[in-house]
Amino acid sequence: MNAARKNPIYLDYSATTPVDPRVAKEMIPWLTEHFGNPASRSHAFGWEAEQAVENARAEVAKLVNADPKEIIWTSGATESDNLAIKGAAGFYKTKGKHLVTMKTEHKAVLDTMRELEREGFEVTYLDPQPDGLLDLEMFKAALRPDTIVVSIMLVNNEIGVIQPIAEIGEICRAKGIIFHVDAAQATGKVAIDLEKLKVDLMSFSAHKTYGPKGIGALYVRRKPRVRLEAQMHGGGHEKGLRSGTLPTHQIVGMGEAFRLARLEMAAENERIRMLRDRLLAGFKDMEEIYVNGDLEHRVPHNLNVSFNYVEGESLIMGMKELAVSSGSACTSASLEPSYVLRALGRNDELAHSSIRFTLGRFTTEADIDFAVKLIRERIGKLREMSPLWEMYKDGIDLNTVQWAAH
Amino acid sequence: MAYSEKVIDHYENPRNVGSFGKEEAGVATGMVGAPACGDVMKLQIKVNKDGIIEDARFKTYGCGSAIASSSLVTEWVKGKTVAQAATIKNTQIAAELALPPVKIHCSILAEDAIKAAVADYQKKYGGHEGESGAEKKAAD
Repeated sequence: MNAARKNPIYLDYSATTPVDPRVAKEMIPWLTEHFGNPASRSHAFGWEAEQAVENARAEVAKLVNADPKEIIWTSGATESDNLAIKGAAGFYKTKGKHLVTMKTEHKAVLDTMRELEREGFEVTYLDPQPDGLLDLEMFKAALRPDTIVVSIMLVNNEIGVIQPIAEIGEICRAKGIIFHVDAAQATGKVAIDLEKLKVDLMSFSAHKTYGPKGIGALYVRRKPRVRLEAQMHGGGHEKGLRSGTLPTHQIVGMGEAFRLARLEMAAENERIRMLRDRLLAGFKDMEEIYVNGDLEHRVPHNLNVSFNYVEGESLIMGMKELAVSSGSACTSASLEPSYVLRALGRNDELAHSSIRFTLGRFTTEADIDFAVKLIRERIGKLREMSPLWEMYKDGIDLNTVQWAAH
Repeated sequence: MAYSEKVIDHYENPRNVGSFGKEEAGVATGMVGAPACGDVMKLQIKVNKDGIIEDARFKTYGCGSAIASSSLVTEWVKGKTVAQAATIKNTQIAAELALPPVKIHCSILAEDAIKAAVADYQKKYGGHEGESGAEKKAAD
């Protein structure tokens, strides 16, 4: 392989993205020259900062066809998820105590739900279908007269599948249930029209869309009005929903990042789709590989593949020239296969041997060709080393083997 | 993930990868672990008529530390008698490879693989040190 490459090729855009240089350029003056507090009403430093914050709010709203008044700044999608779910559950708890979500949600939703369970709420965690998508009939059957909040993500962070939120929204609205959508992985990747969608609350993050880390937003619908209990108390910023001095430079960055996404996403997504398809075409003739999640209802950036008979951590080690994510959480003390892949019904071995490739704005054709060559070479080497591959080649059904579990 | 240099060396240049033919004389096999647990090791030893392990092979499905542990023991068992090989301890493997606490199970698995191969040898060839596996096999 090309030894001249010093840095691994970045194929982990769903973990985070670089700040687009055009975004960084817009942010810097708001750190140094225009440092005013947007809440300062008595002088020009505050006024210009407030204007910048409102311009950015309008840009975020425009990407998702919402009213700027419906956008609340937060520190990121995790905080937005917490504010939306805990805030709505807290406000509507006299109406009911039941919430519905999916097992494949991000931890920011799942762990928030767990916390609500400790506080006495009841939560239903729905299984996805084997392709990762929600079964709408199963969803309808899970709703109860006391269901107050539903939280389903728009785009899954691990497998990139797009959930049918238009349909879910209709069902929720008809029953008067608050519908929250985590859209952290969706902005700039799928078109979002909140005038059409029956979504009440939607979480956004800047750093998944070429903006800075540490800033996000929550969409809170005004018509029909959705009420929340604040989770952060203080100076009453953001209509009292989220106190704390607004970080003008971060907000300007998110606004510019979302503006660029709105202008460029159509062309960018086609380019990325072509690269993703080139990546898959580069190794799909190999034996025993499995694409995780539906390929149709999926963002073009994501390819999640299990390489059977190769263990996940050694796979990551073998791909050190690529910055990718593994379905095996092997950096933690316990070797845990991805809960998302397990929820799809993948067995532990296939979950362990999965790699998530996520492409983005700065991925090139040369990057993809290098990745394909490397994947073929390293998978081949690891399989030559794998006793499971040898048994598979000898025609032994591994399910019939008595393993000495340890 | 910070691996020691020795682990990386064994991972990138594994020693004695492969399998012996099933019909070869003096060959015994130990396979330990389970796919669902994330590691499976297959260790084969080839014992000469003096009871000395003259060659070894491994195949491992597992993390870098598991691959390194099994690669290392193929080097260590060579030249030892079957009884000597069975005394190799996981602590020696872990120390040699500077395994972190979360990877100690890899060294335990490698020790188990040796024990399993030795047990297979004793089952196949009667377990008497010095007895010729080849002759025993021919007598079967």
